[in-house]
Amino acid sequence: MAEHFETDAVIIGAGPCGIFSVFELGLLDIRAHVIDILDRPGGQCAELYPEKPIYDIPALPIVTGAELTQRLLEQAKPFKAEFHYNQMVTELAKQPDGRFLLKTDGDLSFLAKIVVVAAGGGSFQPKKPPIPGIEAYEAHSVFYSVKKMETFRGRDVLIIGGGDSALDWTLNLQPLAKSLTLLHRRDEFRAAPDSVNKMRELVAAGKMQLKIGQVTGLKGENGVLAAATVKGSDGSIFDVTTNAMLPFFGLTMKLGPVAEWGLNLHENLIKVDTEKFETSTPGIFAVGDINSYPGKVKLILSGFHEAALMAQEAFHHINPGQRLVFQYTTSSTNLQKKLGVA
Amino acid sequence: MAKITFIQHNGTEIETNGIPGMTVMETAIKNQVPGIDADCGGACACATCHVYVEAEWTDKVGARNPMEEDMLDFAFDVRPESRLSCQIKVSDALDGLRVRVPEKQF
Repeated sequence: MAEHFETDAVIIGAGPCGIFSVFELGLLDIRAHVIDILDRPGGQCAELYPEKPIYDIPALPIVTGAELTQRLLEQAKPFKAEFHYNQMVTELAKQPDGRFLLKTDGDLSFLAKIVVVAAGGGSFQPKKPPIPGIEAYEAHSVFYSVKKMETFRGRDVLIIGGGDSALDWTLNLQPLAKSLTLLHRRDEFRAAPDSVNKMRELVAAGKMQLKIGQVTGLKGENGVLAAATVKGSDGSIFDVTTNAMLPFFGLTMKLGPVAEWGLNLHENLIKVDTEKFETSTPGIFAVGDINSYPGKVKLILSGFHEAALMAQEAFHHINPGQRLVFQYTTSSTNLQKKLGVA
Repeated sequence: MAKITFIQHNGTEIETNGIPGMTVMETAIKNQVPGIDADCGGACACATCHVYVEAEWTDKVGARNPMEEDMLDFAFDVRPESRLSCQIKVSDALDGLRVRVPEKQF
């Protein structure tokens, strides 16, 4: 659904540095919208290591990725940023009035006075298994996500993987597929035990098949898949009939559209200065893992520092000529009011 | 120092000096070995540092841990000698280790 927003700042990326940018900008009365390709906040902390402890966040001797995200959201809450998930920013262009127009793949558009790229390692995208010739089938027969369940009605569906995505879609698509095969490299599943049990019941009832092995090749013509060749865990080679294959191998990070926004890059990272963390385009900033400068250390805490300095220049960009009086949250009633504690 | 050799898909061999205590993945990154992506930086959370341990080394390197076994579900073309290189600690006992890098991590 097409929607348009006008705002002070758009932050690309809802990872720790993106969320902390909401806070730092908020203290200077800069309102922000945050856009992320994932379906939830946290970025790598949510996708790669939600339950794994981080030991180098100042003052938090041990914190998980999920908890750090929650704490940052709580800290940024007074500033009421709007978060837009499942959206990839595809276009970013400067307008004649000096503002920036951003468009997403989900039909959202934004006009913003400043932009903060806090995109980490880039956008998370589904891993595509390097099966020879797989690209030829991607338009018709190979899918990395389910956008519409109807696409799979009446088809011979092959789902590959052992996690929640693979098991959830197995259970959801089984009733409408002509046939459904779940293929996994071992007879153990990371997915929720309840889903695994339900899958095994369907197999026992003869309503779907479970195969243990890995795909080695694809057969088909003119972009239409006919079968996947599988090497079984016992070394046997067999074909699984399918014209709709869904591999679920998790997500990987790709720089994605960031490379097309005319910003100076260095080894796929955005070059910034170390005073304002501004890119080669004034008004566009980059913080966190996505930026590059001499001596850069890819730590979450570096991104926090960068966000604080970025916000100072963002203020000047939005309010040219206006003096910014530096204030501490410990003593400034003005800041405490913004935080809702005074 | 422990010599660790990364064999590329095309047969090219890259010799590195591993420092005991570091992981094989970190050794690869430090030496800019192509094909070891290590998206997650060593948290055993991405399966993009997948290697095949050469047969004569599999015993010395040891078995996969359960977290690594789960994570290998996200790797492609997993074989009995598959390991995630972030889960192999360099030690003097591994001096001479040879691992093969898959054609593509993903």
